[in-house]
Amino acid sequence: MQAEVNAQVAADHGLSPEEYGRVIKRLGRVPTLTELGIIGVMWSEHCSYKSSRLHLKKLPTSGERILVGPGENAGIVDIGGGWAAAFKIESHNHPSYIEPFQGAATGVGGILRDIFTMGARPIACLDALRFGPPDDPEHGPANRRIARGVVEGIAHYGNCIGVPTIGGECAFDPCFTANPLVNVFALGIFRQDSIFLGSAKGVGNPVIYVGAKTGRDGIQGASMASAEFDENSEAKRPNVQVGDPFLEKLLLEACLEAMQTGAILGIQDMGAAGLTCSTAEMGGRGGVGIEIELNRVPQREDGMTPYEIMLSESQERMLLVAERGREWEVLKVFEKWGLDAVEIGRVTSDGLLRVRHGGEVVAELDNGFLSDDAPLYDRPHTTPFRTAPMEGPELRESSGEDLLAALETLLASADLSSKRWIWEQYDYQVRTNTTAGPGSDAAVIRIKEAGVSLAMSLDGNSRYCSLDPRLGTQLIVAECCRNLAAVGAVPIAATNNLNFGNPEKPEIMAQLVQAIEGMGDACRHFGTPITGGNVSLYNETLGEGIAPSPVMGIVGILEHTEAPVGSCFPGAGHRIVLLGGLLPGCGDRLATRFGSTHYAKSVLGTTWGLPPAIDPEYESAVQEAARRIIGQGLARSGHDVSNGGLAVALAECCFGSPSVGAEVSLNTDLPPQYALFHESPSRMLLSVAPENIERVQQTAAELGVETLDLGETGGDTLSVRLNGAECFQVPLSRLHAIWDTVFESLLETQ
Amino acid sequence: MVHYEVQRGEHQQPFPPAMKFGVVIFPGSNCDHDALYALSRNLGQTTSEIWHESEDLGDVDAVFLPGGFSYGDYLRCGAIARFSPVIRSVRRFAHAGGLVLGVCNGFQILVEAGLLPGVLMRNQGLRFVCRTVELVPGTTDSAFTSESLPGKPLRIPVAHGEGRYFADQATLDRLEAEDRVAFRYHGHNPNGSQRAIAGVLSEGRNVLGMMPHPERACDAVVGSTDGIAVFRSMIAATEAVSAGYAG
Repeated sequence: MQAEVNAQVAADHGLSPEEYGRVIKRLGRVPTLTELGIIGVMWSEHCSYKSSRLHLKKLPTSGERILVGPGENAGIVDIGGGWAAAFKIESHNHPSYIEPFQGAATGVGGILRDIFTMGARPIACLDALRFGPPDDPEHGPANRRIARGVVEGIAHYGNCIGVPTIGGECAFDPCFTANPLVNVFALGIFRQDSIFLGSAKGVGNPVIYVGAKTGRDGIQGASMASAEFDENSEAKRPNVQVGDPFLEKLLLEACLEAMQTGAILGIQDMGAAGLTCSTAEMGGRGGVGIEIELNRVPQREDGMTPYEIMLSESQERMLLVAERGREWEVLKVFEKWGLDAVEIGRVTSDGLLRVRHGGEVVAELDNGFLSDDAPLYDRPHTTPFRTAPMEGPELRESSGEDLLAALETLLASADLSSKRWIWEQYDYQVRTNTTAGPGSDAAVIRIKEAGVSLAMSLDGNSRYCSLDPRLGTQLIVAECCRNLAAVGAVPIAATNNLNFGNPEKPEIMAQLVQAIEGMGDACRHFGTPITGGNVSLYNETLGEGIAPSPVMGIVGILEHTEAPVGSCFPGAGHRIVLLGGLLPGCGDRLATRFGSTHYAKSVLGTTWGLPPAIDPEYESAVQEAARRIIGQGLARSGHDVSNGGLAVALAECCFGSPSVGAEVSLNTDLPPQYALFHESPSRMLLSVAPENIERVQQTAAELGVETLDLGETGGDTLSVRLNGAECFQVPLSRLHAIWDTVFESLLETQ
Repeated sequence: MVHYEVQRGEHQQPFPPAMKFGVVIFPGSNCDHDALYALSRNLGQTTSEIWHESEDLGDVDAVFLPGGFSYGDYLRCGAIARFSPVIRSVRRFAHAGGLVLGVCNGFQILVEAGLLPGVLMRNQGLRFVCRTVELVPGTTDSAFTSESLPGKPLRIPVAHGEGRYFADQATLDRLEAEDRVAFRYHGHNPNGSQRAIAGVLSEGRNVLGMMPHPERACDAVVGSTDGIAVFRSMIAATEAVSAGYAG
């Protein structure tokens, strides 16, 4: 019945000649087509991490609060009072390029299943997005179409299922034109004693399939996500799955209810590689075998082959193992929710994944061979790929007018303008836990059940990483933690999404290796172990790859459920304090490091040099100082100074509702562009009541942290004085109008 | 825009339990939890869950139809829910004078079920919109708005893709003539609703449908407590009825 398998067919399934040779040797025979399909996806980059696994081992993964680390569907941390949080980030980059709406929507669906398959109720989503520039003369229309589709897809799925999308970030660069990035983060909570793992247990126990019927959609999606795109990528549209958030909502409620029966022993969602991955992984983790009969699998279409059923990536499906004799308790719950739930097989003792179709064995493979024995590569890596020069144009004299024009250019850029157009399409309030929503430095939700709040920040910076992947990634980790400190939270754990180009190119592999090493160092320093994540390689189209784009998602904790301080000035008459000093940690090579700033990109139209330097000890001290000051109620607002530098951060602090002006004075020998736009880390803007200013300075000084009293809030202008002379004074209404409306007009252009 | 300051550490004054709210749960409801939390925890009232297949509402004083995407909202929002067993009972309950509040998807269902006039169309901007808006009560003569201060805006969030209220001119004129516009958007109209209508009352004034979510505005920590006015009005109306019986 099945087509003949040979080296060419194996190559079509992404197996190299060596890998195919290993298969033949191990099996002692030629695999069937179904087997080849199974091996192809299990050994794909997406499922096996064969290029990155070796280096991922360098990441810290354990800590006091870590209950479950990498390897499961999501990582789990202890949030106190017997409660736990499960969280993870995952990419849906390739599908979102082919079909933006469904690609992004199913990205949300997939990560939510990863959370509730562990028994946690998902309560928050965030997303990190990268697109080509919306105003690109040639690709603008396509870039806008992708961006609109992705945002709409995320909104559709998240809003419907009732999980708030509470934050995220979005940036633009030409390298994302044909390689957009869609990284979705989700977090859920549950009791520590009700954690479910994706492991099969107990020989003879039933293996039950629940949820949507299996169709021909998404076949080989994981393989698609493990290869570059070319001119024919359009033909891959059928490889993109179609999501149904309503069905997933039912699946979510049914699974959580069924778990309460106590009859479920292990459960795993069917994501990448569908039935293949879930059966092989559950068997592998449990050290047992699984035997299934495909005729019992609910199917949407007639005449599906075993190959198609095993490799379908139809959405909204789960696989579970129940206790024999109590399976009816589980089935009853799914019946209540109107969902298919069918016993399709059983747990065996032989360690094999055995697939039958009408009784006939169509695949018989060792679970360990599929997962643990998957290829592992130490791919050659040289020096990271970069095209930017080390030195840039000479700094020109800048008048106050020039500096104001630069500020306006930055506020009007797609990267730095308000992303209200995006997040107003997301229901960020449902579940009534959001105490700091989109637009804040970190998103915060109260956990009513546990009496704590969780803060979350997603961050990436492809420009920094393209200049120095190691330092760039360290800066990303530092910024995430600083964002958390700005709301008073202590960082506790991290997840990461590694978005890179083709790892078979040594210069790209070097980017990946250095980014992972930088991340490991930074996460160890800031006490944020990695609990899991996702690797997305081969983000290349027609040989053009993306800049190295690691994205971090870091979770922090606050020991209360009140609203945290905001990032904007609360009113007039407060002192404006720059915590950390003017340009800490950037003592040397200021000109070289200025080349990585937004000012260089947007105002000078070029990028060069190196990212800002960071002193990790000082950074930690600044964060601790911020937490103490905020924790004692001494600051009424806190905002991280990052992209766009001090001037942009000041303007953002003014854009609360209502707007509050500011009058600041800087005294410095530095060129004004550096003072206003350099992106040195370890800085935060606080607003402080005059009577508290001494205590703030004292708290910072105790930790060795510098503070600068820059001026006072109030009025309806932003006024900046440099060394005693007026630099510029601008009506806030004008700045706000630029910053608040430009993004919508950029994106809504047809 | 009025600046709302969240007061840190503010604790709400619990209200004495006066009535029982039944919150209907459809497959796809997603604001049911928020309604139950607000009514029981923020307002201190008794609540019960009513499953969509049940025709028995129990001994409730009022029915709350929450937001979400009932039955996936395939076809048209609320179009499938109107045929559900629970809606048959809600219709009887409403016709007998019981208080029914439909929020967001609940409003869409009430309109589809014929308990309220008009339709809710796709937002004018064709996009889902989530933001806190200002509402002014169109009347204080109802069991849902009696505790609102006339003319004083309430800050209450909206979150919907299809909330643009539409009806023919005669119907709109009649709603206004009969003083049945419960709420209007003040300043910003987030969805292009006709005459800025955010909520309408039934002829008997005992059924209210509104797009904004009062249940999301009952706790200072999440931004506003202005939604409490709606529920306090319902409590006052129920107490008045009980007092009437007692007297």
